Amino acid sequence: MLGSASALLVAFERPPIDWHAVAPELTLLGFGALLTLVDIFWLERGRAVVSALASFGLLASMVPVLTLAWDGTDRSTFWGAYVVDDYSLVMKAVFLLAGYVVVLLSTNYIAEGDYWENEYYQMLLSAVLGMVVMASARDLITIFVALELLSIPAYLMATWRKRDLRSNEAGLKYYLMGVFASAVLLYGMSLLYGATGSTMLADIDAAVSGAGAPLAVVTLGVIFVVVGFGFKVSAFPFHTWAPDTYEGAPTPVTAFLSVASKAAGFVALLSLVFVGFWGRADVYQPLMWALAAASMFGGNLMALRQTNLVRLLAYSGVAQAGYMLAPLAVAGESLATADDALSSVVTYLAIYAAMNLGAFAVVIAVARRTASAEIDAYKGLFRYSPGLAVAMTIFLMALAGIPPLGGWFAKFEIVLALISPGTAWGVALGVIVAINSVIALYYYARIASHMWVEAPPESAEFDTTAPIRTPASVTAALVLTGAATLAFGILPQWVGHFTDVTLIATLVG
Amino acid sequence: MTDFLNDWGLTLVTFVPLVGALVMMAVPAAEERAIKQLALLSSLLAMVIGGLLLIDFDYGDAGALQFVVDARWIEVINSRYILGLDGISLPLLALTLVVVPLCVIYSWDHIPEPGNPKAFFILMLILETGMVGTFVAQDLILFFVFFEVVLLPMFFMIAVWGGENRRYASLKFFLFTLFGSALMLLSFLALFFLSTDPASGESLRTFDMRVLSDVAGAGILGSTQIWIFAGMFIGFGVKVPMFPFHTWLPDAHTEAPTVGSVILAAVLLKLGTYGFVRIAVPMLPDGAETWAPWIGLLAVIGIIYGALGCLAQTDMKRLIAFSSVAHMGFVMLGIATLTDFGINAAIFGMVAHGIITGMLFFVAGSVKERYHTLEIRRLGGLLVQAPRLGWILGLCSMASLGLPGLAGFWGEFPAILSAYSPAEGLPVETFRTYMVIAAVGTVLAAGYLLWLLQRTAMGKPSEEFADSDEIVDVTRTEWLAWTPLLVGIVLFGLLPGLIFDVTDPAVVGLLATGG
Repeated sequence: MLGSASALLVAFERPPIDWHAVAPELTLLGFGALLTLVDIFWLERGRAVVSALASFGLLASMVPVLTLAWDGTDRSTFWGAYVVDDYSLVMKAVFLLAGYVVVLLSTNYIAEGDYWENEYYQMLLSAVLGMVVMASARDLITIFVALELLSIPAYLMATWRKRDLRSNEAGLKYYLMGVFASAVLLYGMSLLYGATGSTMLADIDAAVSGAGAPLAVVTLGVIFVVVGFGFKVSAFPFHTWAPDTYEGAPTPVTAFLSVASKAAGFVALLSLVFVGFWGRADVYQPLMWALAAASMFGGNLMALRQTNLVRLLAYSGVAQAGYMLAPLAVAGESLATADDALSSVVTYLAIYAAMNLGAFAVVIAVARRTASAEIDAYKGLFRYSPGLAVAMTIFLMALAGIPPLGGWFAKFEIVLALISPGTAWGVALGVIVAINSVIALYYYARIASHMWVEAPPESAEFDTTAPIRTPASVTAALVLTGAATLAFGILPQWVGHFTDVTLIATLVG
Repeated sequence: MTDFLNDWGLTLVTFVPLVGALVMMAVPAAEERAIKQLALLSSLLAMVIGGLLLIDFDYGDAGALQFVVDARWIEVINSRYILGLDGISLPLLALTLVVVPLCVIYSWDHIPEPGNPKAFFILMLILETGMVGTFVAQDLILFFVFFEVVLLPMFFMIAVWGGENRRYASLKFFLFTLFGSALMLLSFLALFFLSTDPASGESLRTFDMRVLSDVAGAGILGSTQIWIFAGMFIGFGVKVPMFPFHTWLPDAHTEAPTVGSVILAAVLLKLGTYGFVRIAVPMLPDGAETWAPWIGLLAVIGIIYGALGCLAQTDMKRLIAFSSVAHMGFVMLGIATLTDFGINAAIFGMVAHGIITGMLFFVAGSVKERYHTLEIRRLGGLLVQAPRLGWILGLCSMASLGLPGLAGFWGEFPAILSAYSPAEGLPVETFRTYMVIAAVGTVLAAGYLLWLLQRTAMGKPSEEFADSDEIVDVTRTEWLAWTPLLVGIVLFGLLPGLIFDVTDPAVVGLLATGG
């Protein structure tokens, strides 16, 4: 008894840590702690600086990301559980910048409402930290820790309007569904661990790809893991929490959930598929095919009937998740296809972050005047606030994938990856993507024509004569996301250069 | 100067309108005059640059791409920024560069409801960049992007400045064309993956249109080509529009503001036929051969259906829109023969239809402005109340029905004739039947156009409008905007060689590599 305990003690050794590799996480952690200290010592006086401090923390964490990218070597630490390569750096940059834009969107919203302010930014930084960790996580435990690190603050942030019943509903639904998904995920992970005897993704791949792997257990494990993240990325039919949560949560939080949280789910899925069970294409490809097709059709068809813009964006987010899942349905065909598929999803995530955050920025700006996210409230926006109407049109049409706005290249990469192996299933999914972009255009264009064609509602309870004034931070968010959306569309080389990443090399080489 | 044009000419002519639009965004909306001047200036500047290109163009070598630019663009997918101008692109480029400034001039005092000239002109200039870019792009992805750039401005032009039913019409236009281009993009990707170098047998993985037309589908099985061609067929066919994808056109034309209709008829429809000539036929010769009889069939159905549709219309603008369906049928018939004769006729038909139908929509717009209606039943006596306007309508109708000596003749007649001897491998009897049907179509065209003329221009003014003082003859802005088009109708009718000489070497070259 005593012997075994001492054996455990001896067995512990501190893993070698590459401090440079974890510098972004440490910086973020440091700023999170700093925010807590500011809250403790300055109390109310701290409110004036927390938002600036949070955004500074997010940008400061970009510095080590950039130095790591500049250095260029792939790093692996914690015995391979934590990997820093091009792929993880691109995703970290996306998370940090998306987090920065969310802070910009939150500043006025949180300060002007009667909300806890310091805690909000602490939660936000903690969630972003979870995402940044997720980008590097290469074993099941780290993935799960990262997932909870980003989810738990997100549950809280969804209920931030605590006197609003809808916000409580939003948070509770999100929490219950999220916990349920975590349980399913954990069960799947335990099956995988049981079948393979390791939590490291690389080991799992080696084990499940071999002939001796128990098919039933591995299949169930993969399905449960994918389903668990299916909730996070709001894929059909695991999307049911999204519309209610999006509608009830404070809009900046909705923006955060729909972009960063979804991207974090995708990062985990990508690591799992491309490192964890890439060899078992027979298991995950049909699963991804069905999820992708169902999400595209389900999300788009339900979006057609929405009257509330935030709910509409929730359903369009389901469809967008479908587009991003699609390449995973062909990922196992060959190494070259896997590279194409991975790059296409990463590209989509980066561009999607820009255009969807932009759309929410306009929603926030317009709601300051109309206090509503109903699509009818957007009638005649072009007449009295042409700048916002043009911005919204750009973001919506980018989401629809109309060149020369960013979204076209994202969709193009997806279709390219789908067609490249030349299989009937891949081509069929490509055709489904094409058909769905037409369905989606209908509701995006409908909003656009509401803004441009209709006259402002006469019985409106808000002023429809003067342009809407947007606070400086929201304007900054609009400019950033708008410039990115246009730049990604006209010179996709930029994003293509960074997102042309590979995970397979580590696997095979 | 020549060096500069060689390197920068096509880039400038494509992006000068866009730069103009960007500059206009900075001008406050209240400065209407400055906005109009800027719009005119940028479109005229593009026209001048285009003129210089036309002067510098080596007509002896019209079959070769000239002023070629080849620069890095999206390396990850091996797509490059390649522009070039040859005999096929040149007439269409010239048409675009002339039509847009005329539209700006016409809009000078004809801004449709609900006003806002700033947005109107900005959209028009963005549209010009998209159209010009499509005609000079030599990379499939670049072509696709320009092809799509025109969608949004046209959507808003119809949706904001259109007639009563504008929301429905604009959305229909948008959805139809996007559906087509989504399938078209899939076909482009298939070409990208499947085209192989005939010499080495290696996969090319290129979007370079020059290379793809040179290899002409080598390495792609005939059965696969049929599918790829089908995707392009729908993509370009919706834009043309071919029967049965044409239903968006009458709605879009009827609801669009005058200038929108003019641009739509004069240039946008040509993007589709140009796509067939430039991309679908040369790059997929086997697919084209299989589909050609069906294209021909749809083309003649379009001719007859469009003509019958015209006879049933009560609205002047809708009638002209249906006549577009018929005329584009002749163009498609020419293309379907897959002969150099037929395709030359098709390109001439595109230009002629662009000038003539564009002009007809201008006239319709001016009639609407004077009478506030386009219902043929209520019109009449235009020749009495506004004789010059009436005569212009008469001239355009004659040109449209294909009267020899006017431009329309050279689009229709050779297209019909070309169906007599289609390319080798195509069923001769079928095409000769098409020829007869198309010939019947010209008779119907004469029927509906003369009927239109008789009911609107001749007779006595109806009582309703007899004393209206709004009905004035052609105004100065209208003369300015219309004269170049009217001159074009007569000039190309008398000297068709002006276009045929330019297009012929390019068409022959394109088909030669494709054979």
